[in-house]
Amino acid sequence: MGDWWTPPMMPDPGLGIREFSSVSHIDESPSRHRSPPATRASETNSKHSYSVLTAFCTEENIPQCVAYVNQEAAALGLCGVCVEARGAGPSLGAASALNLLYELLQLQRRGQRTLHDLETQQLKNNSDLEHLQHNNSRLKDQLEHTRRENSGLHEGERQLQLKIRTLQRYLKSEKEEVQKLQSIIASRATQYNHDAKRKERESAKLKERLNQLLVDKRDKRLAIEVANCVGRADGKRSLWKTSKMEARHEGEMYKALLSDYEGRHQVLLQENAELKKLLQLMKKDMVSMLSPRKTTRAHMPAEDSLEQAGSEPDDELCEGSRDPLEQMCEQAREQLANSIRLQWRRLKSHMQRLDSQVSLAASREQEEVISRREHEEAITHMKMELQQCTEFIQTQQQLLQQQLSLPCDEETAALLNDGYLLEEKERLKEEWSLFHEQKKNFEMERKNFTEAAIRLGHERKAFEEDRALWLKTQFLNMAPFVGHRRHATSESRRALTIGAQSGAKVPSSPALSCTSASHTGLSTPTSDPMTLPSTAELYRTLQLIPDSRSQGRCASNSFQSGATMTKSQLRDSCTDCSIFSVVRDGNSAS
Amino acid sequence: MNFSEVFKQSNQLCKVSPDGKYLATCVQYRLVVRDVNTLQILQLYTCLDQVASMEWSSDSLFILCAMYKRGLVQVWSLEQPDWHCKIDEGSIGLVSSRWSPDGRHILNTTEFHLRVTVWSLCNKSVSYIKYPKACQKGMDFSADGRYMALAERRDCKDYISVFVCDDWHLLRHFETDTQDLAGVEWSPNGCVLAAWDSCLEYKMLLYSLDGRLLSTYSAYEWSLGIKSVAWSPSSQFLAIGSYDEKVRILNHITWKKLTEFEHHPTITNSKAVASHRCLVSDEIPPLPVQVPVVKPDPDRANPKIGISAIAFSVDNRYLATKNDCMPQSVWVWDMQRLGPTAVLEQTAPVRFFAWDPRRPRLALCTGNTKLYLWSPAGCVSVKVPVEGKRQHLAYS
Repeated sequence: MGDWWTPPMMPDPGLGIREFSSVSHIDESPSRHRSPPATRASETNSKHSYSVLTAFCTEENIPQCVAYVNQEAAALGLCGVCVEARGAGPSLGAASALNLLYELLQLQRRGQRTLHDLETQQLKNNSDLEHLQHNNSRLKDQLEHTRRENSGLHEGERQLQLKIRTLQRYLKSEKEEVQKLQSIIASRATQYNHDAKRKERESAKLKERLNQLLVDKRDKRLAIEVANCVGRADGKRSLWKTSKMEARHEGEMYKALLSDYEGRHQVLLQENAELKKLLQLMKKDMVSMLSPRKTTRAHMPAEDSLEQAGSEPDDELCEGSRDPLEQMCEQAREQLANSIRLQWRRLKSHMQRLDSQVSLAASREQEEVISRREHEEAITHMKMELQQCTEFIQTQQQLLQQQLSLPCDEETAALLNDGYLLEEKERLKEEWSLFHEQKKNFEMERKNFTEAAIRLGHERKAFEEDRALWLKTQFLNMAPFVGHRRHATSESRRALTIGAQSGAKVPSSPALSCTSASHTGLSTPTSDPMTLPSTAELYRTLQLIPDSRSQGRCASNSFQSGATMTKSQLRDSCTDCSIFSVVRDGNSAS
Repeated sequence: MNFSEVFKQSNQLCKVSPDGKYLATCVQYRLVVRDVNTLQILQLYTCLDQVASMEWSSDSLFILCAMYKRGLVQVWSLEQPDWHCKIDEGSIGLVSSRWSPDGRHILNTTEFHLRVTVWSLCNKSVSYIKYPKACQKGMDFSADGRYMALAERRDCKDYISVFVCDDWHLLRHFETDTQDLAGVEWSPNGCVLAAWDSCLEYKMLLYSLDGRLLSTYSAYEWSLGIKSVAWSPSSQFLAIGSYDEKVRILNHITWKKLTEFEHHPTITNSKAVASHRCLVSDEIPPLPVQVPVVKPDPDRANPKIGISAIAFSVDNRYLATKNDCMPQSVWVWDMQRLGPTAVLEQTAPVRFFAWDPRRPRLALCTGNTKLYLWSPAGCVSVKVPVEGKRQHLAYS
């Protein structure tokens, strides 16, 4: 029951409103809590006394005040006051007001008491709290302290554990050693015992034997029975023992020793020389490997000069140390060793540099790896080529040298030269023979061809004449055109002559005949085909069969029987003729 | 491989003559000499007692038969069958008998190693050498037969005497810095003498021919030491096998250890396994291979542990070793790579192995009826049609 009631529009000064608001701020706390601000307010009110009271209640607003008071009292659980209407104006019932007052006083007293109690309680609590806090901090400190102690103790314990372990290990090893020594002692003891027993047994046997010998009178003397003396193994006679013999034995012994030492010495010298050679080779290789790369390097020029300066005296020494006598020299050996070491160091540093470069390059791009691979492949390829080339050059050089060295003996040189050229000569001869054969064949063919051509010419001539006659007869039979007879006959004569000409010219140039025939522009279209097919046929006959006579006849016969040839055939044959002429020209040229 | 018919022989006395033409066998007290190719009996000799040891002379003309019980040595001639020679040591007894390298002297070691008697067949003379030492290998002849080294012990000190075999002249006599000299061995080139201490102390001493101490080598202290020694045929290496299951190789220039070969029971080296063949099943076992180990009895003297046999191949290339606690395996090492090249594992303990004197081929026998041959190219096992056990091999 939140009493947020504020009295509506009380025309009070701000102070009064404040007070009301302070009263109205009493929330859901129990009445006890409510009362202290109220009592405080009332105390302040009592301090401020009269002015406030007069501010709250005046003559006019008595009923409102009464109502308000009743409300408050009801809220507090007290009975309210009643208003008695008296003569002068509305006034409060004294009994109820006094009761209310008394109850309020009671309340007040109770409130004060509780306040007092609470205060004492609070003080107690505060002191308790302080005490507890003290305790807490103290305990925390203690805890820290104990924790630290604990860790320290742990550390100590750990170290002690370690110590224990090492000590245990030591103890174990000592035990093992002791055991081993014990076993050794035991084995030695058994061996000693065994040997002692054996010696004892032997001495016992000796004693026995001695006894036996002393007792036994019969003494078997040692003797050798040989049927006859045998000669020495090497066949020589045995010699007396003299000091000379002794000296000789000594000498032989020393000789044997010396020869053995000398043999070993030789072997060692040889090995030494081989190793030195190997070292020098290695050094040279290393120098050659490193020097071209060194010249390309821009940086470290100082080192270069130093190294080169250093290598020069080395080289000189190398030259000197090749002398086998100087190989004995300590200094030469040392210097060779030093130079080898230097070169090796250089090589190592170079390799390291290369490796770092490679790793850098590889880390930069992946493509470079591939290109490097290609590069390597290319390098190997080039190396192979180089090798091949060098080999080739070497062989060439050898041959050249042989050649150069040979002229000392002219006959053999001539023979050799002949030998070299023999093959070629043979080949040439063969080719010549072939050529001659071909030439002969060709001549023969040519001859045949000409003969055939001539024959054909003759035949054609005859054929032309027949044709002309035939035409003539036809013309003459075709009576109306008598006037044209001469023309026709002249034409036919011309044709004949042309034909004759063409027949004569055929061996030389059938093409010309073609052209001439075409140029003369024979009126008779049938005469044109006369010339062309003839040459075509000639070509055909010559091409196909060497014996052209029958062909020629056949051709003429076929022509007579066929009577006409298609223009395409003729065209083809014309081209064939031209080709043939070209071919023939070609043949004649060769 | 062809095998002849079985011949009876006793005591493993069956030897081919050094020139390879004859084969001599002893049966009880008879000595039978056959032709190697036809195996026809050429000579038959009868000795006075059961023959204990038999030896050919170096020129294949004489055979020595020793009868230790009777203290007798009889020498037979091949050229003249009726020639005879008998050496009687008398009451002094006989413990061992051997030829000298020239084939004309016989060295008899008397009982209790009291002395070595040198009998000459050329002039019937006798020489005595006092205080020889009874040890693993007290006497050794150089390869060319010129010198003999003899271990001696006097007044609780060890000495070595070098004799010239020509006339048994004492060339050098020097004290050795050993507790208990166990053996001497000449290098194949005859210039260095190796002397080693007993197994209670690991000590190898190298003396030059004229008696100077060249070098001393000791791998470790206290534990049991050297068990076996072998020179390489070129005199470049000296292999020392010891009780710690390792073989140490010394080089002839500095006499310092070149390398040591360890016989590890687990083989993880694939190269070694590649040439390893289990001869029974003919399969290559997968890595890692375990070599069977037999733990020795710690309470016994001369324990069965350590390298008991070492042998170099003729071409200096390979070294064969046998570790006593891995009795079924023979290890072959490559001297060029200085590493193991093969481990030959058998089903039974290997009794004996020997290299072919002409090529790098190793033969080993395990006491059964088979003979196993190893070469760098591969292995072969050959069944020998013989009853009984094979104990010993000898190449001619």
